[in-house]
Amino acid sequence: MSYLEYNTQRMPKGMAKVLYMNWPLVVLLIAVACYGFVMLYSVAAGNARPWMEPQMQRFGVGLVVMLVVAMVPIWFWRSVSGLAYGLTTILLLGVEFFGSVGMGAQRWLEIGPLRLQPSELAKITTIMALAAYFDWVDIKKISRPVFVLGAAVIVLLPVFLVVRQPDLGTALLIAAAGGAVIFAAGVHWGYFAGVIGSFVGLVVAVFTSRGTDWQLLKDYQYRRIDAFLDPTLDPLGAGYHINQAMIALGSGGWSGRGFMEGTQSRLNFLPEKQTDFIFTTLAEEFGFIGAGSLLVLYVMILGFCLVTVLRTSNRFAALLAVGVTANFFLYFAVNTAMVMGLAPVVGVPLPLVSYGGSAMLVLMGGFGLLQSAHIHRPRLPT
Amino acid sequence: MKRTDRDKEQSRRVITRRALGLGALQLAVTGTLLWRLRDMQLEQADAFRLLAEENRINLRLLPPTRGPIHDRNGVLLAGNEQNYRVVMTRDDAGDIDLVLDRLQRLIGLEDEMVERAREDMLRNRPFVPVTVAERLSWEEISRVAANAPALPGVTPEMGLSRAYPLMADMAHVVGYVGPVSDRDLAREESPDPVLMIPRFQIGKSGVEREVEARLRGKAGSQRVEVNSVGRVMRELDRIEGEPGETLHLTIDARLQNYALERLAGQSAAAVVIDIPTGDILASASAPSYDANMFVRGISRTNYNALLENDFRPLVNKCVQGMYPPGSTFKMVTALAALDAAETDGRERVYCPGHMDVSGNRFHCWKRSGHGQMDLVSALSESCDVYFYEMSQRCGIDRINAMAERLGLGERYDLPMTSVASGLNPSREWKTRTRDAAWRIGDTVNVSIGQGYVLTTPLQLAIMTARLASNRAVLPRLLRDPLERAIPQAASLDLRPEWLEMVRRGMVQTVNDRRGTAYSSRVVEPTMAMAGKTGTSQVFRITQAERDAGIRRQEDLPWNRRNHALFVNYAPIDNPRVAVAVIVEHGGGGSTAAAPIGRDILLAALNEGRPPLGAYPTSQRNRINAEQEALKDRLRDLGSFRVSRA
Repeated sequence: MSYLEYNTQRMPKGMAKVLYMNWPLVVLLIAVACYGFVMLYSVAAGNARPWMEPQMQRFGVGLVVMLVVAMVPIWFWRSVSGLAYGLTTILLLGVEFFGSVGMGAQRWLEIGPLRLQPSELAKITTIMALAAYFDWVDIKKISRPVFVLGAAVIVLLPVFLVVRQPDLGTALLIAAAGGAVIFAAGVHWGYFAGVIGSFVGLVVAVFTSRGTDWQLLKDYQYRRIDAFLDPTLDPLGAGYHINQAMIALGSGGWSGRGFMEGTQSRLNFLPEKQTDFIFTTLAEEFGFIGAGSLLVLYVMILGFCLVTVLRTSNRFAALLAVGVTANFFLYFAVNTAMVMGLAPVVGVPLPLVSYGGSAMLVLMGGFGLLQSAHIHRPRLPT
Repeated sequence: MKRTDRDKEQSRRVITRRALGLGALQLAVTGTLLWRLRDMQLEQADAFRLLAEENRINLRLLPPTRGPIHDRNGVLLAGNEQNYRVVMTRDDAGDIDLVLDRLQRLIGLEDEMVERAREDMLRNRPFVPVTVAERLSWEEISRVAANAPALPGVTPEMGLSRAYPLMADMAHVVGYVGPVSDRDLAREESPDPVLMIPRFQIGKSGVEREVEARLRGKAGSQRVEVNSVGRVMRELDRIEGEPGETLHLTIDARLQNYALERLAGQSAAAVVIDIPTGDILASASAPSYDANMFVRGISRTNYNALLENDFRPLVNKCVQGMYPPGSTFKMVTALAALDAAETDGRERVYCPGHMDVSGNRFHCWKRSGHGQMDLVSALSESCDVYFYEMSQRCGIDRINAMAERLGLGERYDLPMTSVASGLNPSREWKTRTRDAAWRIGDTVNVSIGQGYVLTTPLQLAIMTARLASNRAVLPRLLRDPLERAIPQAASLDLRPEWLEMVRRGMVQTVNDRRGTAYSSRVVEPTMAMAGKTGTSQVFRITQAERDAGIRRQEDLPWNRRNHALFVNYAPIDNPRVAVAVIVEHGGGGSTAAAPIGRDILLAALNEGRPPLGAYPTSQRNRINAEQEALKDRLRDLGSFRVSRA
């Protein structure tokens, strides 16, 4: 691809670009972030500190980041994709060797005053690298094993490094978002069937072997899996948090218990109520109306992202937009499924709502790329 | 690489198709999530709401206020005292060592207490308040309150704890409370949950233990909101419990105080019975102990001192102590003989100083003999030989029956700890427990209150009350202040002329010049007294000792000396009060027990203090000196009176 295929004459220029952004998406992002501000105010028992105020600042910075990224032409981002991916890989290796331990896992890299979470960065750069890769590969040869293998390597290298941290949740997210890009690029569905099929086969083998002489795992490992899959088995141990989260969520009812009236969060029965479990507080205090409307907003965001995907004829831009969308979807789907007891507890925040800086900035950067794709889409001569 | 338009077109088609596919998948997953949310929040909301409420609401019991115990005149015997204490919470204190150090310097705590508080705090969760010091004075607690800013996490608190204002006076009757033990729990059929409250106190002995159910009251409850670690956030509502009942004892605290002080220095017991009602006016067992020590947690040293004391302060000798009644039993033998018509009472029996029964020689206490004795003089001069003779005529069965009629050998149903039944021996009893046949010698021993027969001071007082009233007087310890009239006890149906003869014997014991208790006579006619002395052997004096010349009680070690007993009642013509006194190893009944019995009886008739005018003129100087010496030790009960009953 080169920028020559764009009709540069019709490309918006300068500050006029702002007018050509995917504005409904911007509005939706702000709306979702406002849910976050309200909930962070509530979980701090009616105080702007320690969470709401910094979150607002970060979101402001996030909006600026999105705007800046959006202003830069998409072909620039394509040309730096490989570089960004390489840099991320180096940072991930840096975490491996020099990372500082936080929350029981090596995730942070401290460079001077900066605290970096390279695994967050990897979510976007992996998608960029894949999109660039499939833009480069000849469309007719795309399903050849050697090219599929290349894509797999691009995905699995950061996944492997993130698993080593160990951060299984993020690794799975990177893999799944990568999978979405590979799928969208048009790789033969047989590969996906094969991967899914062998995964299912492995799971079945592990479980059917339980209690037989060819048992694949040790007994204690099975017990851990049990508690992981069904936390209610162990209400005082690992399952305590998820049970409390479900109680909070369920007790919200139709209209919730009222703003700052959620007993589960106010009395500290909820774990990490400002981060991964913030959805439960929302559901407890604002009920189905609050939690359901947030899910609807998320779906609308997905919809407007899809608009960008469909409106661009640029292969890199479209694949990148698919990846960013998939990444965002995986965030909220895994998080809400987790607090509703449908998925095991893995550390995944609720996008734009949970308190946290790195994830927010990377997410907004991703939307910036999507906006850039939207602004700089090829336009047909009229 | 340069793409053809066809390639581009195909790329766009594939991406569109697959992106729409992914979008549909995402929509489906989100739809599932929304469905799950709907299911939990709308279908199962009530169940989850219930779980949330269970989480946050904690039911707590509020300990009821224990009922106070009053004497018959409204004097407080057991109450609840404001207890100022200092509690400390680690969470709020920050540097606990620093705060404890300041606190120690402020109110002078012992190192041991500070150390214990520190350990408690570190062991418990940080928000749990730990009691650092208890029973502080108002001054100390004010100092803590005034210095509050320098003592973060320290709060002065006020609670109620059991207190016995009369200290040792009522320890044996009222008893004391203490922390609930496993044995206490086992004793209750379905333990009241209130017992599980930490630091809750339960009756451990005496009235406190026996009437526990009425004193305890009913626990209230409080619903509080707690957070995930159990810290109380706020109170939601509370139901007040019911305080325990106020108990009114028949005891007259003023008389009890006098009796105990009169017995001081000896191992002794005295019981005073109000004859018309059976009310126990005083039940004094000396030495006593301060029940408050047990409530506060008695030290091992103090407890061992009580256990190892020869005078056994922990035992309530009035109801637990069993003693051979000695000559105080002779009324029983006399009535048994009269009842059996074996004598008319006027018949005379010659006392040569001893009597031989089936090869054994039984001595009279008067070696030279009493000469001719009828029933009245045999009682007043306490001739043993007369009763040896009478007992052989009427036999043990009749003596046993008469003793039972007079209340001996019976375990009275009183709210006191370990009420003993004594021993009223019979043929059947001996075959059952000793596997031996009853012998005539046994009867002869029993006739003068020796041998197998054992009585408690309470039983002797009841016996005296029955002799004085011819009614089956039963002892009472609890009274209802609202009661109008107490139904009179059933008649004993003893022939009045027999009783008259026995009473005359008791009158002459005190008032006849030859009577054994003549020196303890009363000259005030309205308080005219009748009584009977008793001296019971604890150890048989061996022949070797007789040969060695030991004849005097003072020469024997304390614990081998005779018990001194005295039973009496007054006034003679309209008996109101009966008293039984025992001085363990006190020597002779007439010298050791009778003066005490007289003083206590006179005190009972005169609002708790014996009037000097009732004593013979020749004794007044001595008695006056004794009373003056006692005066300082007696308690002024004015300040303890809570209500006029």
